[in-house]
Amino acid sequence: MQKYSIFNLVKNAFSNHQNWDLAWKDPTPKEEYDVVIIGGGGHGLATAYYLAKEHNITKVAIIEKGWIGGGNVGRNTTIIRSNYMHDENGLFSEFGMDLWRKMSQDLNYNVMFSPRGIINLAHSDAQMNAYARRGNSMRLNGIDAVLLNREQVKEIIPMADFSENVRFPIFGGLMQPSAGTARHDAVAWGYARQADSMGVDIIQNCEVIGFDVSAGKINGIRTSRGNIKAKKVGLCVAGSTNILAEKLNMTLPIETHLLQACVSEPIKPVLDNVVTFGAGHFYVSQSDKGEMVMGGDLDGYNSYAQRGNLPTLQHVLTEGIAMMPFLSKLKMLRTWGGIMDMSMDGSPIIDKTHIEGLYLNCGWCYGGFKATPASGWTFAHTIAQDRVHELNAGYSLNRFSTGHLIDEKGLGTKTWIS
Amino acid sequence: MLYINCPHCGMRSQNEFSYGGDASVKRPELNKEVSDQEWDNFVYNRKSLRGKHLELWQHISGCRQWIKVERDTATHEIFRTFKADEEVA
Repeated sequence: MQKYSIFNLVKNAFSNHQNWDLAWKDPTPKEEYDVVIIGGGGHGLATAYYLAKEHNITKVAIIEKGWIGGGNVGRNTTIIRSNYMHDENGLFSEFGMDLWRKMSQDLNYNVMFSPRGIINLAHSDAQMNAYARRGNSMRLNGIDAVLLNREQVKEIIPMADFSENVRFPIFGGLMQPSAGTARHDAVAWGYARQADSMGVDIIQNCEVIGFDVSAGKINGIRTSRGNIKAKKVGLCVAGSTNILAEKLNMTLPIETHLLQACVSEPIKPVLDNVVTFGAGHFYVSQSDKGEMVMGGDLDGYNSYAQRGNLPTLQHVLTEGIAMMPFLSKLKMLRTWGGIMDMSMDGSPIIDKTHIEGLYLNCGWCYGGFKATPASGWTFAHTIAQDRVHELNAGYSLNRFSTGHLIDEKGLGTKTWIS
Repeated sequence: MLYINCPHCGMRSQNEFSYGGDASVKRPELNKEVSDQEWDNFVYNRKSLRGKHLELWQHISGCRQWIKVERDTATHEIFRTFKADEEVA
């Protein structure tokens, strides 16, 4: 594989950049693989990469219905954080933070990781207390957390509404300084390029239409490009999890919902951090191009539409304008939507299943992008070793029947209610 | 914007409604032995169909009645609406 470096950049400049190698190949599916990963998104590509890198398993195929990185890894708001209270989420995400910090070097691909910090705003004394508690839990798990008072928040984001007579005054906030953003497409492309170079077949435009299961064991998959035998199959299909589960006669604690995001016209640098509104569900950051990147609530009803509806967008942006009134002056550049695999406790599932050789990675709700490296790493471990790693032991499928829920938000079983 | 035909009030915008999830889920009968699996299916497990989906909505800013709506989860087309106690054929 051609290394991306200043020397190669200069060298290729002499031939007008016409002679760069393809970043990944377009192979035809082989008859058999050791591991087939269904879903060429961030998580699937990362899983294949870590299978090859950490476990020396390279007879691997990624099967993607559309094109790689065309789903949620290309539709998110690029936020990376580990500001969770529960041990399972905190330790898992913080492990991911380490992978994020090394990712550009590791993949030889600039993912533009920018640890600019995230601030969750608090709008009441009770919320400040809750944030102090969460911050303490984070610090006990080795995650950086700083509780900010109103004046400290005002110093960092003076453009927020600090007037006295607002419905949700800013009392303070909880900041994770090491959180940030990254270039989402580069993450997918970086993992794809490295996985491909280690021998992984990335097979696009290939839809899974069925599974070959006999005597409780997976033998392969049936696709629009023929049957493929596989010793092990991993599902990494986010919003399409329920569709594939139905083909396996499985009913999962997952509902598929639509989440929208939007960007404004680009403006000069105004916001250094990621900021979330604490009295609703709204978050904003500024991209390197200058666009304000915003998102918030689900549309609120089951959806596979991959496009949003206006009432929710209006609701979300109303919260945004309450928090930062200047946003009302901006023109909207783009809005889009992606379909989320909403689990019933708001936490993901990375586990084996009752079918031997079939592994499940789903339930990412709002937080799939930041989990990409940790999810790929632990899922690769689970598949290669046929047992879960201690980092994803809590993300079991049977926790719903045993009662070991990881309900970070305390929303219970209706994850569309926020 | 969805427009939902409330069987009590007529056609109204989605802003008047709140969502209540899959309407085909049945609470286990209490006068018999209920297995853990049955509880699991009732509380957590969902088919989340792509296509026709029968779901509960509440006309929260209108008559406040719960209703059933048959809607396509890929196109958002609404086919039929029912009163909460109406049996859907």
